[in-house]
Amino acid sequence: MAGNRDAIQRYALAVLSHLLLVAAWHFFVVLGDVPAFVMPSPAATLRSLSIPNYRWFENSAATAIEIFGGYALAVVLGVGTALLFSWWRWLEMLAMPLLVSLNMIPKVALGPLFIVWFAYGIGPNILMAFAICFFPIVLTTARGLSEVEPDLLDLVRTLKGSRWQIFAKIQLPGALPYIFSGMKVAAILAVAGAIVGEFLGSDKGLGYLMLQVQVTLDTAAMFMAVILITLIGVALYGLVLALERLLVVRDARLQ
Amino acid sequence: MAGPFIHLSGVNKVYRTRGEEFLAISEATFDVDVGELVSLVGPSGCGKTTLLKVIAGLHPYDGGELRIGSQTHPFDPSRDIGMVFQQPLLLKWRRIVDNVLLPAEILGLPMAESRERARDLLTLVGLAGNENKYPYELSGGMQQRAAIARALIHDPKLILMDEPFGALDALTREKMNLELLHIWREARKTILFVTHGISEAVFLGTRVVVLTASPARMADNFQVDLPHPRTLDIKTHEVFGQYTRRIYRLLGME
Ligand SMILES: Nc1ncnc2c1ncn2[C@@H]1O[C@H](COP(=O)(O)OP(=O)(O)OP(=O)(O)O)[C@@H](O)[C@H]1O
Ligand SMILES: [Mg+2]
Repeated sequence: MAGNRDAIQRYALAVLSHLLLVAAWHFFVVLGDVPAFVMPSPAATLRSLSIPNYRWFENSAATAIEIFGGYALAVVLGVGTALLFSWWRWLEMLAMPLLVSLNMIPKVALGPLFIVWFAYGIGPNILMAFAICFFPIVLTTARGLSEVEPDLLDLVRTLKGSRWQIFAKIQLPGALPYIFSGMKVAAILAVAGAIVGEFLGSDKGLGYLMLQVQVTLDTAAMFMAVILITLIGVALYGLVLALERLLVVRDARLQ
Repeated sequence: MAGPFIHLSGVNKVYRTRGEEFLAISEATFDVDVGELVSLVGPSGCGKTTLLKVIAGLHPYDGGELRIGSQTHPFDPSRDIGMVFQQPLLLKWRRIVDNVLLPAEILGLPMAESRERARDLLTLVGLAGNENKYPYELSGGMQQRAAIARALIHDPKLILMDEPFGALDALTREKMNLELLHIWREARKTILFVTHGISEAVFLGTRVVVLTASPARMADNFQVDLPHPRTLDIKTHEVFGQYTRRIYRLLGME
């Protein structure tokens, strides 16, 4: 089981690098005598979790819902849009230029509008996460669906294969690696989108909490919030990777 | 005699792009009997691929007559064509056996039987034991064998091959030539084999059709009277040399 040992070694090294970062952080703060409001130690950061006022669980859940919700929406609608484009070329010619223009709008600038339309809370932040990662998914999926070997199409045509067969047996499975590469980029964007949304105006979430504790200069809590946001992002990314591993044959994966 | 299996007479093909007309095939005229292996040889751009696609029904043609099938050997255009290209074009996400099964799935053939047939064909092309591998686990030559098995899965009467060994190294190519002759004898198919390898064309073909470019023209069509089964040493025969010289001369390379 050389492969197994290889995997264990890889995981061990990955964990090690994370631990090393925490250790470096610890010694930097302790040895450098850095004031806590500038940079708290790892231990102090962890301790901030015990302050009930901060409602860590509720705020983390709100942020997670925004990220996962906006992301899931973007994946479903993004892939769906690209599929429609590949089925009806006129629709692509009609809508794609419009999407390109709309994508030029800085999504952050829409935040205040979202709030007007949907009121404070989770809604506008889901929308922000969605808005920011929808387009990359459409783009990569559309690209994947169009990358079909012409000779392969000829082969199916000599067998009088239907459009649906071409789609289901060749186009869609062939596009999966592209869809996943778009989904990976989008996962990172979704996190940023949700947090920006919370910064612009919200009554819960880790981004909202960061603004609250900024006022009291509780830097440890800010650090903790950043770490939790990162963990949510890592969970989402890990989920996408696992799904890719399940659905895409190794050699077909991009990169 | 019920007539030839494939009959071409004065077939032309004109490509029209941006208002310009380009004559890619001019007056192609030849017959192919059932069970023949006909080599189509000629320089790059002489219309070999175009001719194959016209015969496959993928392109319309402009004038002339093209008939496939005879009274004794009826031809169903949706079921009786197998195609092999220069690249194997296997689906990366399918195991070899499932790649071979693709045409059977598209035609809606009974799967249990097809699966059995796929295994037999993989044995025929020398890939027994590789059924469950993915394409990336196979060498280029092995992938091309799988592509040949895929072309045979629905038991078509006609196999169209477009430089199937063009991407392989010289040694593998010679080996694949021998194996193709073996497959052809076993499977008893009519094969049209496009190549720009002159000695390959003579070695494989029961007949050779020579095309030339600019202007596109069908330059020759002759029977190759070399005995079967053929082995590599016939390439040193005087007769073999006469055939290859005949082609070189037509292509203005002598
Ligand atoms: N779709 C097309 N539209 C316009 N011209 C084409 C098209 N396909 C091929 N041609 C032209 O027709 C001619 C014959 O092309 P074809 O691909 O049949 O040549 P070939 O003999 O297969 O060459 P090669 O050995 O390089 O594969 C070439 O001059 C090519 O430029
Ligand atoms: Mg060609």
